[in-house]
Amino acid sequence: MTATVAEAPVARSATAAAFPAPLARILRFELIKQFSSWRVRLLILLSWIGPGLVVYAVDQQGTLPSDTLFGRQMRATGWAGPLVVLGFAGTWVLPLLTSVVAGDVFAAEDRLGTWRHLLVAVRSHQRIFTAKALASLMVILLGVAGLAVSGVLGGLAAEGNQPLIGLDGHLMTGGDAGGRVLLAWLCVVAPTLALAAIGLLGSVILGRSPMGLLLPVLAALGMQLMQMLPLPVALRLALPGYAFISWNGLFTDPEQVEPLLIGVGVSLAWALAATALARRLFLRRDFTNVNSDGAGRRVLASGVLPLAGLLAATTWLVAATATGSTGSGIDQNELQQSLATAFSQIYQYQQAQMNHPAVNVAQLKTTAQCIKSEGLGPQSGPGNDWRCTVFWAVPGDNVTAQAIYQLDVTPNGRYIADGDGPVEVNGYFLIDRSGTVTPNPLWQFDGNVDLLSGR
Amino acid sequence: METAVAVRGRGITKVFDDIVALDHVDVSMSRGQIHGLVGPNGAGKTTLLGLLLGLAVADKGSLEILGTPVGRALAAPDGVSGFVDGPGLYPTLTAKQNLTALLELRPGDGHTATADEALEQVGLGHVADDKVRGFSLGMRQRLGLAAALLTRPRLLVLDEPSNGLDPAGKKLVYGVLRRLAADGVTVVLSSHRMDDLESLCSEITILASGRVMFSGPLSKLSSDDRELDYRLRTSDPIAARAVAAETPGVVVVDGPEAPVSPDGDIVVVRARVAALDTLVARVVRADIAVRELVPVVSPLEAAFLALTDTENSADSADAEDAEDTAIAANTANTEEETVR
Repeated sequence: MTATVAEAPVARSATAAAFPAPLARILRFELIKQFSSWRVRLLILLSWIGPGLVVYAVDQQGTLPSDTLFGRQMRATGWAGPLVVLGFAGTWVLPLLTSVVAGDVFAAEDRLGTWRHLLVAVRSHQRIFTAKALASLMVILLGVAGLAVSGVLGGLAAEGNQPLIGLDGHLMTGGDAGGRVLLAWLCVVAPTLALAAIGLLGSVILGRSPMGLLLPVLAALGMQLMQMLPLPVALRLALPGYAFISWNGLFTDPEQVEPLLIGVGVSLAWALAATALARRLFLRRDFTNVNSDGAGRRVLASGVLPLAGLLAATTWLVAATATGSTGSGIDQNELQQSLATAFSQIYQYQQAQMNHPAVNVAQLKTTAQCIKSEGLGPQSGPGNDWRCTVFWAVPGDNVTAQAIYQLDVTPNGRYIADGDGPVEVNGYFLIDRSGTVTPNPLWQFDGNVDLLSGR
Repeated sequence: METAVAVRGRGITKVFDDIVALDHVDVSMSRGQIHGLVGPNGAGKTTLLGLLLGLAVADKGSLEILGTPVGRALAAPDGVSGFVDGPGLYPTLTAKQNLTALLELRPGDGHTATADEALEQVGLGHVADDKVRGFSLGMRQRLGLAAALLTRPRLLVLDEPSNGLDPAGKKLVYGVLRRLAADGVTVVLSSHRMDDLESLCSEITILASGRVMFSGPLSKLSSDDRELDYRLRTSDPIAARAVAAETPGVVVVDGPEAPVSPDGDIVVVRARVAALDTLVARVVRADIAVRELVPVVSPLEAAFLALTDTENSADSADAEDAEDTAIAANTANTEEETVR
């Protein structure tokens, strides 16, 4: 016989509504969980300490990282260090950070078997998703801030607030360079958010699989690989990682704003789309099926296909609105103009450093002639077979001088100009200026072709 | 007004892709009782527990928990707590941090227990500041119970709570569950340990392939008269064996068919209760001392095996008997509810 216990003490009314936990408390719990992981603690600690130490240490070495953008200027100005860190962070650190933080935020619950426990305690799938996404965002932003602040402090401690040479050779004052450095770090928040959203999506759709954790890193590496291929500009700009590169445009005069804005816009679109997809799939997941962690071909398709659609749509949109974006974006005229501009700016700077009479850009009347593959084949596109001759008027002598450069032009428009004579102009020699010894700035310098400027 | 039924489900159906996890399940669980949920692997126990915890909603049917109909929204109904598929704990946090985090998630829930009190209640006060990473399975189970108790539930849902518990831990946990039931809390637990369920539960639901094979008071299931194997230990096993062999309705189980290897002083017999009574009387009359008479498998386990065997051999006579028993028990249970 079943007993009747209507008189038994009861804590609350049976009809009381079931309220979900407040979002702020769920967020706090998620942050506690994030920081209880030694991986996250270590990454954040390294983000705040590592760049500063590395920048300072590299600055003290005899050899500078000349193969990295702004690496040659690390001994000339403190603002080059954080930009070197930014380039490295966009390639490795930020994908890793997003993987460990966002790529594991849902999968960790699957691994620990804590989903049901959390759902019973919180009573709202939607709030759990929001809290996890916000917690990931906060930890990632903390890491990004650490990288930026640490890099800046390390650079300033090593070399101080000195002028920085831009990618078109123009000289920026310390203050101007500092503002642009901070803006560049701000710009890479957008592609970082896109990677974080991809991490959230992977964490939701791949469950316990380690592929979920690796997804942001794999996506970032995939995009970097694609950036190395000779793709049409429209597709290049439609990749959510393009803003990891397009901040370069902040260091020209005038700034290459359009690719930068497109890159940031595309990244934010990806961040929103991937987060919305992750949320949709998470809210649809059935947590009673113990054998299922939400992963599956159908879920995978419903997560991947919309993003493929977004890539196609943004590629089409960029191709339709930005003229000339269907090609490589690198043609002979553009390259010649970019090289001539950069040379004349840096020549001016070199003359000043060597205590020669001051010259200005207008006096030099610099031009450049570039040929690819010794004039054979199409004279456009990336490659390390560009050879250029720069001509300029020597002020006061009424003669035209010339210098040779070998150019290695990458598909994303960046190039390294390597001086090939005459030695007294663009050869390797050191300039001692008030005790600070730096290489000849015309020996090797970085430049950047605006991929959308060929309209 | 409080109803006497804590959980009432009618025609509950839950399908995962092409797998029917629950197939028109009717179940009632009385308030203040410990209700056992038993069934083979894949029977639908966890799915049913998940529905009670608001982790999923049924595709069909109605479910009423603590007097409130469960809607389509995924959320644990108020007053319900517990865990399925093991207690959900964060190994990088300490025991106390795990519980404190839970408490903070539920402000204004009228908690009366602090994390320390809950830990003391399940005997884990001395490891409150230890990381859960180092806990044994039994300690995790107890911590899971402590987490469930924080919110003073009126319906406590536990999936295999005795997993990994040592005898002392089991005694402690069962003591807690009995006290909760005595205080009016309905406890629903699943287990594969029939002896545990028998010692703890007053109501049982047996599931097989998503269907209810029996649901009702344990006493009803145990009283069912079916042939069982018993271990008979006497002062003269040879004489006892001879008496058993001559007793109508009693079969002496020997050889590989014997469920346990008989020791020298043990005879295994198979009989219904009436025949067993006759056997005991005859053994005693023959001046043989009866030292022990216990079922080889518990009555619940025997009923479970008989009922769940129905799924595999629907045409067997035993299965028909079992089905009849289940239907009768269900009917009786429904009638009891109606009277209430």
